[in-house]
Amino acid sequence: MNSTTPSRLEKVLAAGHQAVTSEVGPPRNCDGSVIEHKAQMIKDYVDAINVTDNQTSVTRLCSLAACIRLKLMGLEPVLQMVTRDRNRIALQSDILGAASFGICNILCLTGDHQHFGDHPNAVNVFDLDSTQLLQTVRMMRDEGHLLGGHQVEPRPQMFIGAAANPFADPFEIRVPRLAKKAAAGAQFIQTQCIYNMEKFKLWLKLARERGLTEKVAILAGITPMKNVGMARYMKNRVPGIDVPDEIVKRIGGVPKEKQAEEGIKLAIEQIQELKEEEGVRGFHIMAIEWEEKVPEIVERAGLYPRPQIN
Amino acid sequence: MIKAVPKPIEEIIDLVKNFHKVLIVGCDGCVTVCEAGGLKEVQILAASLRLYFTQAKQRLDIDEATLTRQCDREYLGQLKDRIDAYDAVVSLACGCGVQFLAERYQDKIVYPGVNTCFMGVDLERGVYAERCQACGKCILASTGGICPIARCSKRMLNGPCGGSEKGKCEVNPDIDCGWQLIFDRLKILGQLDRFEQPVEPKNWASSRDGGPRKIVREDLRL
Repeated sequence: MNSTTPSRLEKVLAAGHQAVTSEVGPPRNCDGSVIEHKAQMIKDYVDAINVTDNQTSVTRLCSLAACIRLKLMGLEPVLQMVTRDRNRIALQSDILGAASFGICNILCLTGDHQHFGDHPNAVNVFDLDSTQLLQTVRMMRDEGHLLGGHQVEPRPQMFIGAAANPFADPFEIRVPRLAKKAAAGAQFIQTQCIYNMEKFKLWLKLARERGLTEKVAILAGITPMKNVGMARYMKNRVPGIDVPDEIVKRIGGVPKEKQAEEGIKLAIEQIQELKEEEGVRGFHIMAIEWEEKVPEIVERAGLYPRPQIN
Repeated sequence: MIKAVPKPIEEIIDLVKNFHKVLIVGCDGCVTVCEAGGLKEVQILAASLRLYFTQAKQRLDIDEATLTRQCDREYLGQLKDRIDAYDAVVSLACGCGVQFLAERYQDKIVYPGVNTCFMGVDLERGVYAERCQACGKCILASTGGICPIARCSKRMLNGPCGGSEKGKCEVNPDIDCGWQLIFDRLKILGQLDRFEQPVEPKNWASSRDGGPRKIVREDLRL
C-alpha cells in the first residue's frame, strides 16, 4: 500500500506498522481547552486522533473546529463526519474547510439517530448515507469535482475511513457491507468495540477470504470497561454492541475498586490477541471519557513508542 | 392510502367554542377507510360536541355533512348553497381535503378535525403502517419491494446501519429494520448480489425538496 495523501496515519500503515488511533469527544460547550487537554494526554501514544461528530446525537462543540485546534497543536486529527445533521452542500463545504487547514483524515459515518440524543425532536437530514459520503470524498479527491459537478482545485487530500460493525444484524451482510464501503472508497476501517472475539474473528476471516483486508486497513475497536455497570449498560442498552456474559462476569467478578484495572487488563489482552490476527492493521482505542488511560493501555500492550514518520 | 387519526376532542372544542353554528364535514375517501373522518366519525364528533356544549350550557348548533371526496372540486361544490349559514367548518378530511375546502370557500373559517399522518397500509383493523414517502422516484425494483426511504429510520440507501439487532431498528424495538427486511427478501428472490454495488446519492428533487410538487398529465387533460 503506497501512501497518496499527506496523512501520517496513511504513512504509518503503508510502512507496515500497526497503527494506533484514539479519540477525543468535544465538550457540550465552547471550551476548546477541553480538547487540547485531552489531546495532550494521548498525543505521544497515538498516530492520529479522531474527533467525534456530535456523538450519540448530543450537541457538542463541532468536530471540524476541534480538528482545527488539534492541527494548530501540530497533531494529526481524523475528522469524523456524520450525515445525520447536514446535507451534501454542508458536508462538502466542511470537507473543503477541513482541507484548507491541512486536515487529511476523514471518517465517514451515517451517525446515530437523533432519537438517542439531547434533541430527539430535531429534524434529521440523511441526504447521503455513509457509503455515499465515502464516494463523495473520493470523488472530490480523485476526480476533483463536487457532486454538483463543479471542478475543485486544489483537491482535498483525504485519507478516507469508515466504520464497520461486525456484530450488528444481519451478520451475513456484514462482510458484503464492508466490501461495499471498500468499493465506495474506504481505505481504513475502524470497527465497533470488540468484546465478542469469536464473532469478530469469523468476520475477519470472511473478510480475508474475499481479499478485503488487503484493500482496507482494519483497525480493531477497543473500549476499556470502567466497571461492571458499564459492561451491563453496553450489553443491554447500546444498539449494535455485543458483550458476551463472560465479560460481564469477569468485570463483575472482582471487587469494585479493582474493576477499572480489570477493564484495562481485558483491553490489553484483547489487543495482544488481535495483534496476531492476519488482517488487523492496528487499533482504534475508544476510551470514552477515560482518555487518561490510553497511554497506559498503549504502553502495556506493547504498542509504544509510536513510529516516527514525517 | 392516506392515514389519519382523530384530533383530541378537547382540541376541537377549543377551536369551535366561540362560534354559534358549525358544520362538520367528513370525507368518504381515505379517512373513512382508517376510521378517522368518515360519516360515522362525523356523527360521533357531532354528538360528542352537542353533549359537551349542552352540559356546559352553551348554545352551539352543529350540523353534519360527508362528501364523496374533499380533494375534488366537484364534490366540494355540493356545499355551496349551505356553507354560508355557518360561522366555521371542521373538516375531517386529510390535510389535502382541509386545504382544498378552504381554497374553494375563501371567506370561510376551516379547521382540521384530524391529524394527517402518512401514506400507509392496514395491517389489521386499527393498525396502520407507513409504506411510502412519495419521493417521486421509486426504487422498489432494486430493494426487493421494500422501501428503505420509508422503512429505514436513517433513510439509508446502502444500509443496514450498525444498530440493527435481531431484525429490529435501534430507534425502537417495535420497528422492523428496513434493511433486514430487504436482505431477507432479496435472499428469497436470489438477488443478494444487488446489495454490493454502492448506490449513488439520491436525487431528492422529485421529493418535497424540489418545492411543492405538481403533476400535469397532458394525456388526461380535457
